[in-house]
Amino acid sequence: MSALLKVEGVSKRFRGLVAVDRVSFEVVEGAIFAVIGPNGAGKTTLFNLIAGDFPTDGGAMTFAGDPLDGLTPDQVCRRGIARTYQIVRPFPALSVEDNVIVGALMRLADVDAARSRAHEVLRQLDLYDKRQRRASSLTLPDRKRLEVARALATGPKLLLLDEVMAGLRPTETDRMVAVLREINRATGMTILLIEHVMRAVMALASHVLVLHHGAAIAEGPPEAVVRDPAVIESYLGVETV
Amino acid sequence: MKRLWDPIPLRGRVVLVALLAALLIAPAVLDRYLISIFVLIFYFTLVGQAWNLMMGYAGQLSLGHALYAGLGGYVAALLWFYFGIGPWLGVIPAIAVAMAFGAAIGWLGFRFGIEGVYFALLTIAFAEFTRIAFDNMAFTGGAGGLFLLYEPKRAHEWWNLRGGPLLFYYLSLALACGATALTAWLARSRLGYQWVAIREDQRAAMALGIDVFRAKMIAVLISAAMTAVGGVMLAFYYNSLFPAQAFDISRSIEMILGPVVGGLGTVFGPIVGAFILTPLGEGLIAVTDKLGIGVPGVKAVFYGLTLMIIISLRPDGVWPWLKRLIGLEAA
Amino acid sequence: MTVAIVLNVLVQGVLTGLVYGLMALGLSVIFGIVRVVNFAHGEFAVVAMYATWLLFVTLGLDPLISLLPIAIVFFGIGYLLQATLVNRFVGRAEHEQFILLVGLGIIIVNGLLMIFGPDARPANLSYSFDSYMIGPVIVDKARVFAAAGALVVSAALVAFFRYTATGTAIRACADNLTGAAVVGLNVKRLYALTFGLGLACVGAAGALMVTIADASPALSQAFTLLAFVIVIIGGLGSMAGALIGGVLIGVSEALASFFLAPSMKSMFSFALLVLILVLRPQGLMGRRA
Repeated sequence: MSALLKVEGVSKRFRGLVAVDRVSFEVVEGAIFAVIGPNGAGKTTLFNLIAGDFPTDGGAMTFAGDPLDGLTPDQVCRRGIARTYQIVRPFPALSVEDNVIVGALMRLADVDAARSRAHEVLRQLDLYDKRQRRASSLTLPDRKRLEVARALATGPKLLLLDEVMAGLRPTETDRMVAVLREINRATGMTILLIEHVMRAVMALASHVLVLHHGAAIAEGPPEAVVRDPAVIESYLGVETV
Repeated sequence: MKRLWDPIPLRGRVVLVALLAALLIAPAVLDRYLISIFVLIFYFTLVGQAWNLMMGYAGQLSLGHALYAGLGGYVAALLWFYFGIGPWLGVIPAIAVAMAFGAAIGWLGFRFGIEGVYFALLTIAFAEFTRIAFDNMAFTGGAGGLFLLYEPKRAHEWWNLRGGPLLFYYLSLALACGATALTAWLARSRLGYQWVAIREDQRAAMALGIDVFRAKMIAVLISAAMTAVGGVMLAFYYNSLFPAQAFDISRSIEMILGPVVGGLGTVFGPIVGAFILTPLGEGLIAVTDKLGIGVPGVKAVFYGLTLMIIISLRPDGVWPWLKRLIGLEAA
Repeated sequence: MTVAIVLNVLVQGVLTGLVYGLMALGLSVIFGIVRVVNFAHGEFAVVAMYATWLLFVTLGLDPLISLLPIAIVFFGIGYLLQATLVNRFVGRAEHEQFILLVGLGIIIVNGLLMIFGPDARPANLSYSFDSYMIGPVIVDKARVFAAAGALVVSAALVAFFRYTATGTAIRACADNLTGAAVVGLNVKRLYALTFGLGLACVGAAGALMVTIADASPALSQAFTLLAFVIVIIGGLGSMAGALIGGVLIGVSEALASFFLAPSMKSMFSFALLVLILVLRPQGLMGRRA
């Protein structure tokens, strides 16, 4: 399997604070890859770098063999990388359906075709019955689902999910895990996720990267990573083991 | 066409067709004064739709739209004045000039991330700058104004937009309908979805692959073009142009009243707004004049009050509320 | 000789600019702290001009004296306006605030038109035509008084924000609204105070303006735009910026009137505004957001 996303020695500094420190990893096509780490470890910054929100201070990133550096967020999305935001940003005054149609219109020029595609995605995420509701009227779990639906509708090769399980109840988490796994299985879509909910990480990820103070401190299959002493000390704590 | 018609519920279609039919035969019973009011209503519908596309859909606050109407009017009027080129042809360069200015403003604003009130001030700055320039240019008539000769013997030359109130009634009605159809079509297009996404959350829109700069530029260009057409019509309707009137910020504010009162980001809002405000404003003048208490400023005070009340109590405008009231809300 | 003339024009521009600066300071305080776009700002300045003119023609009060009562009354108006109406618009979409205040501005300017008519109302002060000779430079006495008044009021405002507890609290609101609310500051009351202070500035500026210009409704919109241009050029939230921006615009207007034509005086202000928006959006004295 070839690497779909390749990150090599990427760094980002904010006014002297090193948010991401020479991080390197590869996500192979079709994988579900998790990035974990304590708050402030630089996970979201890493996502923002990949998504083109701001330029890196060194290092290189390639997607499907092409360099990502210097692309704007919309260009990154058109290359086939869709992302969700940790703090969800649905289009509040639009209906749930219209939110997803905006995503679907990335690949489809025709609105009716985009609507059918949106319905498909909404069914997958159990939002179909709420499709006429205003996005601002949704509960937080539904907003998280809408955020995922909108990103999925763009038909990405790589999906970046920033803490989509946070704030969900355990049953909702399981449902989201099942949905993501099914999408990954059925379409081969590669998923890169940031997650705090270890239960979801263990259930989903085939590979885990641990960030701490901006640097990668461990990487490997989830079972191995959670036994890594450095990871336990910096992040998981004793009770998880 | 199908895309425009399908989303309207049956009741709405009936009302729409009846209204249009009534407007088509109305001149038979209207006097000259009432016709002149309808011309204004249709004009404000046209420019209201233009502004609505930019603010209501794409979320870009322009307060310098008088610039596009003024430029359109001046370009067409000057071509007629100096070279005898009729407005049907002159409207093309008029649109081109307005779009060029729109492109300049849009490029500066969107390339350099000038947003919200700052963008509004940028649009005002361009309009004011142009007003002062026109005040001081001899070939446009300067501050003294530009007058188009109205020759009764050419009054039949509809092809030169020389004609009476009826000609302008039907022309402005057609333009208002055209602008509304265009708005409806754009609102349901890919571009329309991109605009509202940008209006709601620009960063999220970008993350969904939308080329924000491009979408906003198209909004400005279309809006400028539509407004310029309105300006051309008005110039030949009134046969005179003054920089202090054509480019004044109060002209720009007049244009935004209809969509704001009617409902931003809705297809019918600007129409509803124009139909409410223009007759009320003109009616107020007529009544106060009859009562002998007419003083300049009455209409404007009324408009100011309306703006404050609407934005305080019904910031989404009258149309969304009216739509529910008459049962047109799609289930 | 020509040097002397240009110097005259420059000095005149600086003095007028200080009054502009005071007016813009009022807007800067409102726009920078309450974050409400007061698009009726110039309208309030013109109301103050009419009030000053009325006090002069009826009671013979000098504008430099009526400045104080007018500023106090305007503070009250601003406080009430914010407390009753504008506070409800804080945090709402910019265009909604804007439309509210444009509506208010339209009512004010046309109200003035209905009451006083469109003609300019001059106040013929005893010292209107007096001047000082400093070397080759002739300076209008009225303008010197107006500029001095503007400096005094501005200094008082700066001192208020720097040395009083209330002033510090208001600055805290501007820096971190949530934080200010969390530590128990009554944000709505502070906003009302701020709006009141902003209007007091514009009231004082209007009173001073009477010594150098005739009151007329037509000035309103020009003043509103002028104030916004100055605030953006000087830098939002910077008090020194407002005064410096005011002087800059005063000088550019004076030079343009003299060398080109009086009708072209504000052309350069707008050109300068466009340049600042594009090249230095935080303004000359502002901090980058």
